[in-house]
Amino acid sequence: MESNGYRWTRKLVGSLSLILVAATVVLGLWITPPDVVQGQLVRLIYVHPPVAWVAYLAYGVTSIASVLYLWKRTRNIKWDLLAASSAEVGVVFTGLTLVTGSIWGKPAWGVWWTWDARLTTTALLFVLYLGYLALRSVPADSHQRAVRSAIAGLIAFIDVPIVHQSVVWWRTLHQSATVLNPSLSPKIHGEMAMTLLLGFISFTFVYAWMLMHRYEIASMQQQVLDAELEQMIQERQREPELEFQRVHVKDGNDQINQPSKV
Amino acid sequence: MWRDARLIAAKDLKIELRTKVTANQILPFAFVVLIVFAFALDTSPGTLQKVAPGLFWLAVLFSSILSVERTVAIELDDNAGDGLLVYGVDHGGIFLGKVVAVFVQLFLLEVLLLLGVVVLYGSKVGGWPLMLASTFFATLGLSAAGVTYSQLASASRAKQTLVPLLFVPVASPVLLAGTKAWQDALSGTSSIGDPWLRLLIVFAVVYLALGAIFFGSILEG
Repeated sequence: MESNGYRWTRKLVGSLSLILVAATVVLGLWITPPDVVQGQLVRLIYVHPPVAWVAYLAYGVTSIASVLYLWKRTRNIKWDLLAASSAEVGVVFTGLTLVTGSIWGKPAWGVWWTWDARLTTTALLFVLYLGYLALRSVPADSHQRAVRSAIAGLIAFIDVPIVHQSVVWWRTLHQSATVLNPSLSPKIHGEMAMTLLLGFISFTFVYAWMLMHRYEIASMQQQVLDAELEQMIQERQREPELEFQRVHVKDGNDQINQPSKV
Repeated sequence: MWRDARLIAAKDLKIELRTKVTANQILPFAFVVLIVFAFALDTSPGTLQKVAPGLFWLAVLFSSILSVERTVAIELDDNAGDGLLVYGVDHGGIFLGKVVAVFVQLFLLEVLLLLGVVVLYGSKVGGWPLMLASTFFATLGLSAAGVTYSQLASASRAKQTLVPLLFVPVASPVLLAGTKAWQDALSGTSSIGDPWLRLLIVFAVVYLALGAIFFGSILEG
């Protein structure tokens, strides 16, 4: 079960997430000015890139946890549960990335969806990790499932740099990196840059909070499974004893009953 | 490892020669895919010629799902795969042997499918060096990734539905790059230095390496 320290940390992270998201909303919707070219539409920038970043971060955590499970010296079922929890949160954020990108795309490009390289590869990333979660949901021995899903998670992660670099490799209509561009000179101004940075921080806290909750649920599910398995083993071990009792009690009853019959 | 790989590949190909699953089921399926694509699109030669490279690689992708599922399924019968492990066959050797067997079957299927594309869609073939090289590496990549994912899903009862879900998104760069390389070859705009060919080579090398590294853990896990 969770310790007091873990519970308090989770509550603290949750409270900070709420405050930071509220601050991002206020700054993003009211304080920052509209863009010269994009007008009010620019406000989506405070949500869309941070959400995409969290998706990458989540898959990064899944990969590190997968490596730690596969490496025999650090093998612990906790790494597997962390990898699974992070992947699940990552899928939610990848879905949000696609949805917010689509909402921005309609007024900016005139279409909800376009076969731009980054959009396409993000959609593939979404499907890849849905596959990872599907692989996990199949009933299997917990060690076997952990090994197989760790490998699937690692292989899927190879797609992440392809997604990130695709805008450079394929030169598509998706805009190039605004802050982390090759010349490292941010093309965004003052308070807008601050709000964007706040967006990144707040959504990272939201991720941490969701991850802690999901990990706790996964951990409890594992405890229930272990308890059920333990109970089954105990019942199996007691089977000969129960059988012995059943036969002997029956025989005893027969013996008790016998004289009266006679 | 190489000896084990050769033995496994020979064993799988011998099983194929005797059961003829690829020849009797997967190849006809690939032709059916070519035909129904023509129904779904437009049977006018101009349209079909234009999209022929994409349809060819899509038919190959669908067929490869069946091929890689088959190569793992033959080890599940009578727990043959466990037997290989008990005999101490090298894990990397099992992986490479399976990849080679799937590669040979897919490559032969592609040759016949190409004839189908020429006859049914009226495509003109050209740019042989790029076409051959891209087909070689695309098939190698498909085989390596396919065998790895098929083995990953093999322990589950839902493997028939899991393999396509896991494998198709991973194999999509092969579909994209294979189609583009073929378009470049047919139009004569590029030859052996084609960037899409480089992508296919990278894909094949990465998935061969990943498969060789992880296959043992998958088998024992």
